[in-house]
Parts: sequence; structure tokens; C-alpha cells
Amino acid sequence: MTVNAVPVKKKRSFLQRMQGNWDLLFFCLPGIVITTIYHYIPIYGVQIAFRNYKAKKGIWGSDWVGLKNFERFFNSAYAGTTITNTLLLSVYSLVASFPVAVILALMLNSLRHKRYRKVIQAVTYAPHFISTVVMCGMLILFLSPRVGVVNTVIKSLGGEAINFMGKSYMWRHIYVWSGIWQGMGWSSVIYFAALAGVSPEYHEAAIVDGATKFQRVLHIDLPFLAPTMTMLLILNCGSILSIGFEKAFALQNDLNIGVSEIISTYVYKVGLINRDISFSTAIDLFNSVVNSILLITVNFITGKMSGNSLW
Amino acid sequence: MESAKHLKRTRSDVVYDAVIFVILTIIFLLVAYPLYFVIISSFSDPVAVAGGKVVLYPVGFTLDGYNEVFKAKTVMRGFFNSLLYTAVGVSINLAVTLPTSYALSRKDFPLNKPITLFYIVTMFVGGGMMPTYLVVRDTGLLNTMWALVLPGALGVYNMIVGRTFFTTNIPSELMEAAKLDGCGNTKFFFHIVLPLSGAITAILFLYYGVGHWNSYFSALLYVSDRTKWPLQMELRNILLQNSVNMSKTVMTEEQLAEKERLEALKEMMKYSLIIISSIPVLIIYPFVQKHFVKGVMIGSVKG
Repeated sequence: MTVNAVPVKKKRSFLQRMQGNWDLLFFCLPGIVITTIYHYIPIYGVQIAFRNYKAKKGIWGSDWVGLKNFERFFNSAYAGTTITNTLLLSVYSLVASFPVAVILALMLNSLRHKRYRKVIQAVTYAPHFISTVVMCGMLILFLSPRVGVVNTVIKSLGGEAINFMGKSYMWRHIYVWSGIWQGMGWSSVIYFAALAGVSPEYHEAAIVDGATKFQRVLHIDLPFLAPTMTMLLILNCGSILSIGFEKAFALQNDLNIGVSEIISTYVYKVGLINRDISFSTAIDLFNSVVNSILLITVNFITGKMSGNSLW
Repeated sequence: MESAKHLKRTRSDVVYDAVIFVILTIIFLLVAYPLYFVIISSFSDPVAVAGGKVVLYPVGFTLDGYNEVFKAKTVMRGFFNSLLYTAVGVSINLAVTLPTSYALSRKDFPLNKPITLFYIVTMFVGGGMMPTYLVVRDTGLLNTMWALVLPGALGVYNMIVGRTFFTTNIPSELMEAAKLDGCGNTKFFFHIVLPLSGAITAILFLYYGVGHWNSYFSALLYVSDRTKWPLQMELRNILLQNSVNMSKTVMTEEQLAEKERLEALKEMMKYSLIIISSIPVLIIYPFVQKHFVKGVMIGSVKG
């Protein structure tokens, strides 16, 4: 774009500006069509949360029932359990995993052996690419009361075998810490990349002033990560109620269902197994509304406090 | 910190470095050992694994576990289904994502902002499980491969990564020069942009590819016909729901020891299964690790 072209450009009409660029619209068309069908039409279809969906009458012909589906959810015993379980699981997850990624990045960045750092990074990223099913399969295998390696160790030390997956009070810890095991390396990438932007002059100046390495990491590197941390924190809070279906569902069994039934797994069972489609959609909709409120609130608060916000 | 090296290290710095080294080594072992354990167990005598004798290297080397996996018809069928779904899925993903990313990277494209907004909205608002299910059903995709590859043809995050790449790597002067020579957008994209897009194609290929290979949620929702299940659904049956169809059945008169061995073999087959299901990712991982990381960095730049 030349400087001369700028004032002229503003006066041109939309059609003039599109001239010669119509093919760019064609570039976008397949994506727009697919996204409209599989993303926007379902958004419009959310109205079945306020209807009594009957397969015969279809989405648009089923009778309106107002807020009945929502009332039914909040009057059922499941509302309290699933909302509590979801909140506890995702807040625990967020609070435990968020600092781990930051600390790992800070440690890796200050490791003196560059070669060794590369090895650690390659290994800690690897679990990120393991599928949820395999990850959960490994957990169940390792923790199995009969043949699991963990219980073999416990038994050889003279203890009793523990049925880890059957103990409700252990389920959340297993879920969260296996998540950290799998994700810490990958989540640290973004912080590690950001740390490359710290100017060495800060460190040199601090060394001259007699700061130790630990002090420098704490007072130079860590504050440098603040904007990135804020951004990720806001985004994470926005999805606090949409914590992954796949893993919770994969780790569920009859013994731990009391703590492992979260909103999304309940939505699946009500909708796809019980075929109570309107009821399921209502619960799902409640879930997304709460997510949006959380996102907007956290964004507002962090914006006020630190000046960092998404928009 | 590079240039700070010539400065003298104080004693507290030496302590700090040692502490960091030890902590990182512990983390390294915590992550690496379970992975290593799966590998050595998959090659070991099942009874030794169950008895806790396998610690640092395979004990009683055997390929029985792998044999069992290869004999399981459902697993092999799932494996090839997944290969097909991943290949078709990634092709569609790239065919849809790359042109969109390029078009939206062009500042002189007047629809740039509205279309970007159109996609950003979908990151925060969605119809949810059942309304999406109904649309997939009504478009006739249930129980077909297309249910797994079409609805997610364009991942918004991936599209933004692509757009950022094009904005920073294809100078607008290049387009202007080509325009003066009478080269239109389409020709420019196919003859100049695409040949320069090796890195971003690799990144998107991997992101989408791993996504397709590892997902089971779409299949759980949309594919009930078992002959069409992807590998992850079969794995779920075996690893999580414990329904293993062994090729051997235990006769009533067989000895208890043999019974136990088969039980253990059943467990051991799971280790082999984990390895086999990870092979495609394992093969490409060492080559592409740097691309994966590059993708995160491109994506983290505000577009």
C-alpha cells in the first residue's frame, strides 16, 4: 500500500473496493457455509430449550413451554450436584495447573544447561499428544487394585491395595493431577516464549546492583509474564463451567459417579441416552450463559485492576 | 541473560542453579517414567508385569501383547478407519482453512472485519450438544465419516494462526507487484502464496491431524455403527470398559496358572494397544516438535 493511495481509498465505495477482490470472498465461502450450518443454525436451534421437542413436530414445530425445562432442572437433585461438581473440578484444576505452567517456564528459562533444557521440554510436551482415552486408560491400568503398578508398590511395602478409581474422595485429585502431568509442559510453552522477550539489560543492571538469580527471576522475569498470565486467566475463567466432557466421562464409574457427574456428562446422558432433548438443551444453555457471565465479569475485574483485558 | 554470563556467580546463585536442576530432573523423571514403563511393559512377560518385577527394562521379552492386538479384528478395523478419517479430515481442514486465512490476512479485502467477527463469535457462543446433534442428523451425516470431518472443517484458533502467519510472511508489496503484472488473487494464492506456506501447512496439518486421530467425542455422539468406529472408540471399549475379546478362550479343565497367565495377558495387551495407537503420533513427533511450538507462538501474537 503506497502512502498516496490512503486518502483515495477512504472515499471509495464498498463495491469499488471489492473490485478485483471478489475471488477472496469465494476463498471464504466454504468455511462460511459450513460454519453457518453446523454452528449458527444450532445457535438458532437453542430455542428447543424453551419448547417440548417432539421428533414428529421437529425443532420449529414443537410446542412452546417457556421456562419449564429450566424449572425442572433446578428442582431436581441433579442441579446441585452437577453444578457443584463442575465448579469444584474446574476451579481446582485452574488453581493447581495455572501456577505450575508459569513456574515450569521460569525454571526452564533459568536452567544453565541449554541441551538438558531441550530434552526436558521435548519430554514434558509429549503427554500433550496422548489422546484422552489412552491417558485415562493408562491411569486405570496404573491404579488398578489387582495388577496396577501403584498398588504393587503399596503391597510390596506391606500396605493394603487401594481401589483408587472407586474412591470418591480421590477422584478429583486423580483428575486434576493427571491433567497437570499431561498438560504442564505444553501450557508452559507460551510463557517460555514470552520470556525470550526479557531484555538482558534488566538482568545485567540487577546483577550490578547485587541481585541474586532467584531475586532476578522473581522481580524481573515473573512481572514480565503478567500480561500473558492475565490473558490466559481470563480465557480460562470463561470456560470454567465447560470443563472437558471427554476426560470426566472416560474416568467415570458407578462408584465415583457422585463426584464425577459434571454438567456436560449429565447433558450427554439426558440428551443422547434418555432422548430428553429439550431438557438437555436447557441445561446446556444454562451452562453457556454462566460461562459468558464469568468471562465478562473476570475480564471487567482484571481490566480495572491491571489494565489488561481482552477487549 | 547470555551476556550476563561473564559476571561472577555468587554462592546463592550456585545454590539456586543446583535447586532448579534437581527440581527439573524430578519433573523430567515424573513425566518420562510412566511413558517408559508403558513401553517396557508392552514387551514383558505379563506375569512379571502384574507381579511388579518390571521396573527398568523388559522382563521375559515377548511380543505376545502385540500379537493379541494384531489378532483383534475390531482394533485393526478401527486403526484403518482412523487413518482414513484423519487423512480425509485434514485434507478438508486445509482446503477450507488456508484460503480463508489468506483472504482474512488481506487488509484491502473489505469483508475482512465482518468475516473475522463471524468466526470470533463462534468461539464464545455455541448451540450446544443437542441442537448441533439435530442439525448433524437432519443433514444426513449420522453414521457416516462426514459427521466427524465436516462440522469442524474450520477451527477458528487454527484459522487465526494461519492468518497471523500470512500477515507477517506475505508482504503486501508482493501482491501489489503481482497485481501490476496482471495477476489476480486466485492465481497469486496458488502460484505464490501456497509455495511459501510450507511451515504453516505443516503446523495446521499436525494440529488438525492429532485432533482427528485422538478425538472420540464426535464418534460417541454421531457414529453408532461399530464397523465405522474410529480407533479411539475401540480403545475406549478395551481400556476403559474392560471388554476384551481374547482370541484364546480358557477351557474349564485348563490349569489355574494358565488362566492367570491369560488374565495377565489381557492386561498386557492394553500396554501394547497404547503403543500401537500412538504410533502415528510417535513417528511424526520428533520431526515436528519445533513446528508445534512455533504454532503456539504464532497463535499467541495478537492478530
